[in-house]
Amino acid sequence: MGGPAVFMDMFNSCSDPSALEGISWLACYLTSGKHLGFYTSFGTVMILLAITAPTALLFGFSGAMAARARFLPLRLLGKGYTAMVRGIPDIAFFLFVPIALDQGLEWMRHKVKCPDWQEPIRQGSDFVVCAQAKLPLSTSPQWVHETYGFFLAVLAFSVVFGAFAANVLFGAMRAVPHAQMETAQAYGMTERQSFWRILVPQMWVYALPGLSNLWMILIKATPLLFLLGVEDIVYWARELGGSKTSIYAYPHPDWRLYYFLGLLVFYLSLTKLSEIVLGRVTVKLSRGQATLAGEAQRKAAG
Amino acid sequence: MKKLILGTAVLALSAGMTLAASHSMTVRLGTEGAYPPYNFINDNGEVDGFERELGDELCARAELTCEWVTNDWDSIIPNLVSGNYDAIIAGMSITPERDEVVDFTQNYTPPSPSAYAALSEDADIEGGVVAAQTGTIQANHVVDTGATLLEFPTPDETVAAVRNGEADAVMADKDFLSTIVAESGGEMVFVGDDVPLGGGIGMALRESDPELRDKFSAAIQSMKDDGTLNEMIVKWLGEESPRF
Repeated sequence: MGGPAVFMDMFNSCSDPSALEGISWLACYLTSGKHLGFYTSFGTVMILLAITAPTALLFGFSGAMAARARFLPLRLLGKGYTAMVRGIPDIAFFLFVPIALDQGLEWMRHKVKCPDWQEPIRQGSDFVVCAQAKLPLSTSPQWVHETYGFFLAVLAFSVVFGAFAANVLFGAMRAVPHAQMETAQAYGMTERQSFWRILVPQMWVYALPGLSNLWMILIKATPLLFLLGVEDIVYWARELGGSKTSIYAYPHPDWRLYYFLGLLVFYLSLTKLSEIVLGRVTVKLSRGQATLAGEAQRKAAG
Repeated sequence: MKKLILGTAVLALSAGMTLAASHSMTVRLGTEGAYPPYNFINDNGEVDGFERELGDELCARAELTCEWVTNDWDSIIPNLVSGNYDAIIAGMSITPERDEVVDFTQNYTPPSPSAYAALSEDADIEGGVVAAQTGTIQANHVVDTGATLLEFPTPDETVAAVRNGEADAVMADKDFLSTIVAESGGEMVFVGDDVPLGGGIGMALRESDPELRDKFSAAIQSMKDDGTLNEMIVKWLGEESPRF
């Protein structure tokens, strides 16, 4: 019965942090509005991973398919995409894609919504579109702006990691033994059928080492979110850890070390968890495959 | 009499409509949120400080609906000119270099001194390593003095660099450093004389947005005239900070 009351009491007592000491100070400190923002940002990072990984895989699959296409322009598009993104530093892409996308979208909306607009869009260094063309509108609440920025970031991540995935998948498609494809044709399958029924199911086991590597790099790359204006865990760790004078309710010296130590533990745990899951996926995908791992499984079972 | 009532009603109605029209315009104010006492994120996660109170008052006087946005100092001007927010209110000193890219309102603090802080009074501020935030007037000044400039993206890191011995001294606005020095328990001291830099702090707006600039300038003028701006300076920046 005392539980909620104690809980409420804890929160009420936080109204005057300067009077607190020790554990109760720490309890109030760690539940301040700013810290809640910090905890929420862990969710932001996980959502980013959850959306980016499948999207990048889709980009990669399309890129690999395009790179294999017979139709020359499509093949050039696929190869150009992977070559370009792989050759340009990530950070340049992360800065370029969201800005270019945002201005491109606003420019198109401007053309549609304000056809009578006389002034030029580029005035010196200013980029000026009419108020109705703004994306999101200036009147939209802050969370809309943040969500919009987040999705631009997701897209930038997907474009970059999709190109790497495309290269991995392209290699994996070529690694599937050619005899398998010839057998499929001998059975009378069309090219499309043999692609989807023979090639695609078998290629994953070849792609997995490369893809799992990419996943690890993606986990490590999430702090780049801050570069794109999204308040991620690294932003909050730096902001909360910095020394605070008495203008803040909870003054403290430079605690960045502890906050970054926390991030270290978080990222390492995420990596370990990923390794366990990816290990299981590898075992599952190797079943019945004409690979060393698949052969080892067959012998062990037999 | 009826005519008079009708006339008043029409007047009130039209006044209400212009009020509504100006209120429908939302102005997004961009700040850094890392430069106490000018602007910082308080423990509730909200923008707070001198410029928060000032900005809210200016918006009320100019009859604008304002929304606060935080942005990295490094990219605070590029994001203004590309239209992500409409005004910068982030302790930004008025300088000719910046004025080429953006437009400033009239200043809302008088030209205020910058200062050096270090761990001891004999720190070498002219030949040693001096920390300053990237893209600030203080960073420019350090380069001019011949000291080695060590740049950091946030103000807090410039102070941390002095504490851990990476830099011999830090240079920043005196109003920012004074609380840090006062609360360091003697660990940090001011070194040398104050250096007057810049033409005071103003709001920065897009050059293509002169109307908004004029609205804010007028609001700043009205706060200078009735003394409320001076009260705010004393409240947030201290008694020693220069007033109008």
